[in-house]
Amino acid sequence: MSGAAEYAVKMHHVTKTFGKVTANKDVNLELRKGEILALLGENGSGKTTLMNMLSGIYFPDHGEIYVKGEEVTIRSPKDSFTLGIGMIHQHFKLVDVLTAAENIVLGMEGKATVNRREINKKVRELAEKYGFDLEPSKKIYNMSVSEKQTVEILKVLYKGADILILDEPTAVLTPQETDRLFAVLRNMKKDGKSIIIITHKLNEVLAISDRVAILRKGEYIGVVNTSETDQTQLTEMMVGRPISLEIERPLVERGEKRLQVIDLTCLNGDGVKALDNVSFEAYGGEILGIAGIAGSGQKELCEIIAGLYPSIGGSVLYSGNHEGVPVQERILGLKPDEIVKKGISMAFVPEDRLGMGLVAGMDMTDNVMLRSYKSNKGIFVDRRNPKELAERLVDELEIVTPGVDTPVGRLSGGNVQKVLLGREIACHPSVLIVAYPVRGLDINSSYRIYDLLNEQKKKGVAVIFIGEDLDVLMQLSDRIMVMCGGKVSGIVDPREVTKEDIGLMMIHAGDPKSGSGNEEVTA
Amino acid sequence: MLNTLNGLFIAAVLAGTPLLLGALGEILTEKSGNLNLGVEGMMFMGAITSLAGSYYYEQAVISAGGSPNGILSSAIALLTAFLAGAGGALIYSFLTITLRANQNVTGLTLTIFGTGFGNFFGEYIGQKAGGYVAVTETTKKAFSSLHIPVLSDIPVIGPLLFQYNWLVYFAIIAAIVMAWFFNRSRVGLNLRAVGEDPATADAAGINITLYKYMATVIGGGICGIGGMYMSMVTTSGVWVHNCVSGYGWLAVALVIFATWSPARGMLVALIFGGLTIMRMYINIPGLPVQIYDMFPYIATILVLVITSMRQSREHAQPKSCGLNYFREER
Repeated sequence: MSGAAEYAVKMHHVTKTFGKVTANKDVNLELRKGEILALLGENGSGKTTLMNMLSGIYFPDHGEIYVKGEEVTIRSPKDSFTLGIGMIHQHFKLVDVLTAAENIVLGMEGKATVNRREINKKVRELAEKYGFDLEPSKKIYNMSVSEKQTVEILKVLYKGADILILDEPTAVLTPQETDRLFAVLRNMKKDGKSIIIITHKLNEVLAISDRVAILRKGEYIGVVNTSETDQTQLTEMMVGRPISLEIERPLVERGEKRLQVIDLTCLNGDGVKALDNVSFEAYGGEILGIAGIAGSGQKELCEIIAGLYPSIGGSVLYSGNHEGVPVQERILGLKPDEIVKKGISMAFVPEDRLGMGLVAGMDMTDNVMLRSYKSNKGIFVDRRNPKELAERLVDELEIVTPGVDTPVGRLSGGNVQKVLLGREIACHPSVLIVAYPVRGLDINSSYRIYDLLNEQKKKGVAVIFIGEDLDVLMQLSDRIMVMCGGKVSGIVDPREVTKEDIGLMMIHAGDPKSGSGNEEVTA
Repeated sequence: MLNTLNGLFIAAVLAGTPLLLGALGEILTEKSGNLNLGVEGMMFMGAITSLAGSYYYEQAVISAGGSPNGILSSAIALLTAFLAGAGGALIYSFLTITLRANQNVTGLTLTIFGTGFGNFFGEYIGQKAGGYVAVTETTKKAFSSLHIPVLSDIPVIGPLLFQYNWLVYFAIIAAIVMAWFFNRSRVGLNLRAVGEDPATADAAGINITLYKYMATVIGGGICGIGGMYMSMVTTSGVWVHNCVSGYGWLAVALVIFATWSPARGMLVALIFGGLTIMRMYINIPGLPVQIYDMFPYIATILVLVITSMRQSREHAQPKSCGLNYFREER
């Protein structure tokens, strides 16, 4: 095995199955020492499963793993640490009620007692070494997403890891935070650490990695040098066929005002203002994008409009047509069924598909029926029409399911979203609110969803699209409202501003120009 | 008046101790993410086995012609009570941790099983002993109030603080040790992580199964000792049918009242203990005895209402409590 040592990790013919599902089939992967390798693939292509075998969460059914030239057996996360492998999971693995430092030393060998002053000091020193800003004694539940990620990274560094695996680290970050993370990653690479970054964002792959390994449906497709490839080639390898990356923005004449929100204010569970004087208008025939860091009030905003969350001030006005008759209503404070009774056709596709949107244990017919069973007369419900509608949705939206009798919880994320969106669209809404409709969906499903939204826009529906991927928001929306800490930082035309402008508005409410240049000065 | 208050205080300590022990066992259990509703059952098991342990030890010594030793007798009682409680918790652990059975159902079943176990063997041993089972004076004395030289003789403070049976001090020390364990020790920190977020603890290399088993089994053992208090101290070493009756449930409520803190548990146990024996000290004319008996339960309901209204992340139930952990769940 001469020359084997230049590889930090080598996975050889690795296979992992869950019941009948093959998550990884005969995968070969090599990570060179001191490089940043991007692991690219659609959702469900087995990226995370593959990495979990390195971090000891899963154990491979077949195949060998070599770390630093030696064949190893990784049976538990502990074995993984011993080999110097540290994984930063997509869903942070942090204990909320403990401090940053406590989380960092969790599970480590050492003296029987925990000396908090000492661990705080050590963590602070480590954070300073790599240029992180972190208070070690801060409790996790008081932290922002990017602080939590810092804790995760420090956790593996503290344990002395020299092979780092990051599972979709940028999914929750603003563009500025992403740049800062990439800078830290480059520092680590200079420090001799080998890094695998899992992602499905192509621009990030091109920005940070040295090489790209591609997985498709659990199989290893190949590896390319980042400097010798481009987005088109990567997409083709990832999806298996050429695909257009352009998102359509059909030109539709702006219709009449459908929804007017005036000075909307509400509190969150801790009594802090989650929305602060939010005002905007939504028109028929346009897609209004809403951008903002997660937790800037987007969730509260759509739930208030849908009648699911209490507000403390402001007003929401709806205007539209109900069976040919113009309807104008104040809908703030009404319950969802009262809104329906007033003849307002509004549809809401919540972020939590299987929690708020659909009942996971019920089949498609029953889920479709949830929207319509109240209009049945008598004590029996009509199952025939909902079943026909469910079958039509399966055909029209190409939903992959064994049948309309299968519980929706067993479908994949993309198909679940198609069921939900299809059901809402079938009600012919005049206002359609969608929250993170493509979260966790692969490229193919995502583009199908964008098409569906555009179809609605062409029909004259006012679409409100809450998204997290700025590239998508900027290509799809006619206008973008940027939120920051419950306030509206501004409503912009995506054709006239840059991504960086919006990124700045996401972190500074109000004036986007001020306060941006001060960050370097404090060093 | 002062005498009544002093009397009430002493009686509250005595009545609160089994509650404290039960609650301590349950706090330890819940910190590992297991909600064991079998406290009542484990207390029953501890109650009968400790009594049986002492009783058979004495009988064996007496029939051999010797005279039983009080300290040895209490040690045997302590050990058997711990083992019985731990045994009940072991069944619970095997079902919920290894087989991933529903925790609520398993806990309730353990309560029913333990109650039957206690009452059946209590009656059975009683029948064989000729009517009822009771330990000798030697063991009774070992479980009665201590007389600590000097300290017990201090006026006022002596009787208030230094004239209890040894189990009271045992419970207080257990609470202090447990508070230290959760806040200062590395194993305690790991255990809290297991109860809050087992997936995180697992990823940090903590052996979830081991921690859950250890915490639940030791917790069950402590509950068993709480049961021993009922049969050896409260009923003075005589088996009384249904002697634990409801104390296990009060202990579960006390865990919530104490907001999962062993140190606060001591204070709260004193309040609950006081409520259970209030009728003997504060007499409100015309108020039926049954109403007094309801006080601890009314307090429990009030506590449940108040604690669910107040939302605090730190003084709350461990987040994964009641949920079974399976690493490869997708």
